[in-house]
Amino acid sequence: MSLGPDDVKSIAHLARLEIDEKNIEEYANSLSSILDLVEEMNAVDTAGIKPMAHPMNVSQRLRADEVLEVNQREIFQKIAPKVKDGLYLVPQVIE
Amino acid sequence: MYHTKTLSELSTMLEAGEVTSVQLTEHFLQRIKEYDSQLNSFITVTAEQALSAAAEADKKRKAGNAGPLTGIPFAHKDIFCTKGVKTTCGSKMLHNFESPYDATVVEKLQQAGVVMLGKTNMDEFAMGSSNETSFYGNVKNPWDTKAVPGGSSGGSASSVAARLTPASTGTDTGGSIRQPASLCGITGLKPTYGRVSRYGMIAFASSLDQAGPMAQSAEDCALLLNAMSGFDPKDSTSLEKDVPDYTADLNNPLDGLRIGLPKEYFGEGLSTGTNEIVQKAIEEYKSMGAEIIDISLPNTHLAVPVYYVVAPAECSSNLSRFDGVRFGHRCENPKDLEDLYKRSRGEGFGEEVKRRIMIGTYALSAGYYDAYYIKAQQLRRMISDDFTKAFEKVDVIMGPSSPETAFNIGEKSNDPISMYLSDIYTIAVNLAGLPGMSVPAGFSENMPVGLQIIANHFDESRLLNAAHQYQQKTDWHKQIPEQFK
Repeated sequence: MSLGPDDVKSIAHLARLEIDEKNIEEYANSLSSILDLVEEMNAVDTAGIKPMAHPMNVSQRLRADEVLEVNQREIFQKIAPKVKDGLYLVPQVIE
Repeated sequence: MYHTKTLSELSTMLEAGEVTSVQLTEHFLQRIKEYDSQLNSFITVTAEQALSAAAEADKKRKAGNAGPLTGIPFAHKDIFCTKGVKTTCGSKMLHNFESPYDATVVEKLQQAGVVMLGKTNMDEFAMGSSNETSFYGNVKNPWDTKAVPGGSSGGSASSVAARLTPASTGTDTGGSIRQPASLCGITGLKPTYGRVSRYGMIAFASSLDQAGPMAQSAEDCALLLNAMSGFDPKDSTSLEKDVPDYTADLNNPLDGLRIGLPKEYFGEGLSTGTNEIVQKAIEEYKSMGAEIIDISLPNTHLAVPVYYVVAPAECSSNLSRFDGVRFGHRCENPKDLEDLYKRSRGEGFGEEVKRRIMIGTYALSAGYYDAYYIKAQQLRRMISDDFTKAFEKVDVIMGPSSPETAFNIGEKSNDPISMYLSDIYTIAVNLAGLPGMSVPAGFSENMPVGLQIIANHFDESRLLNAAHQYQQKTDWHKQIPEQFK
């Protein structure tokens, strides 16, 4: 499997990662070589095998929908890059 | 001196009143000051908090409220959230992150009375096998400072090997406890998936990540695992299963222990020196009455390819939380929201992390999901089934922890594939959710070699028993690098 510079750009966009133009070629090479390694999987016929999502084969535990946490907004917002009036600030989204 | 003692020995000395926690804490803080500039094994040292926690521990002991870990100096891998203390996960992304809460592991060990000396260096977001991906500089191996300590828990391994701390925590997603333990000559244990809570342990690959102890001996690991294990309602994958006393079986004789040797772990790619040491260790087990059985884990060669789909896929999802909005690094003057996301992440993450996020994003993207992620999960079951079959015939499986001893800094940093292959013997254990250990077994050209022991789910007691008995017959785990004695 070989990825070109355009593939890398589109994957980086999907992952919301800014990549230096000068590194694109290198990423294309290293990602392609990882995919080549992964390609070894295709040599095995896995028809009918149930995918294993959890190493212990248990399903996700559920709990009653009760309020367990207290509001700690001030503590959490102390480490935020930008807040105002208890809200997290980002660049304007809607004109 | 104190640093040449194991955690268990220090515990006995504290109990007997031969030393106080304050004395021990001062001693190890002094060692960190003196030696860590050569190793870079700590990202943060919390000297002041440590001394006041030590004084508190001494008070507790005087009042008769001490347990075996009360007052023991200790270090946490910087992947564990520690309230009010910088928690970086080895990344620029979290250079300014002071966690508002403690990880369950941190809380449990604190309740058991350990005194945190600081936070250890690691590969960025635990992605690496050499500690070269850390934003805070690479860690060095105390046995040869030109060599890597392994990774991702390289700071933990290096600091314990140099006796800058009696023990530390590590995490293991594909070998990140066992491989550095092996390369640094210490004892490390990755428990069964779900045994130790993942709450507050910054997530890399959620279906593989597991925390465990890194220490000088199996006995030390048993004491620590007692304190770390247990069900945690805050971790949805934590398993509701009673925690036995892991020290209870340490002294059982090994008569009749059935040891499986997978032929795939002794084939091409294993260095001659490592093979010789591992064979000698197996001879030692034979002399203790163990029975050696040849087995096969036929899908071993698929473990690395499967891992490099499952782990990046889960990491790309987990690391999407780092977006520059609520905590962590934010770029300067973002022009719009997309620019904020992209530049904050582009600046905050290092090369290897970006690589894995992109592989994961690709594997999970529309049209590729079945070919990569589902396929990998099917093969994961086949790999796991190999172990299930093997454990019908044997009690434990043994082999090397790593195909070779510590390589030099820079030797593999430009070749991700060869770096990935250094986890070839450890990765399958994570895929199957099994407990595994690395135990010092000797030296090849003056560098430590680790013996890997793997057991069935929740059979940590047997692992620890096998390792402890070996450590009664050998003193590889007592070796300290000359310049750190």
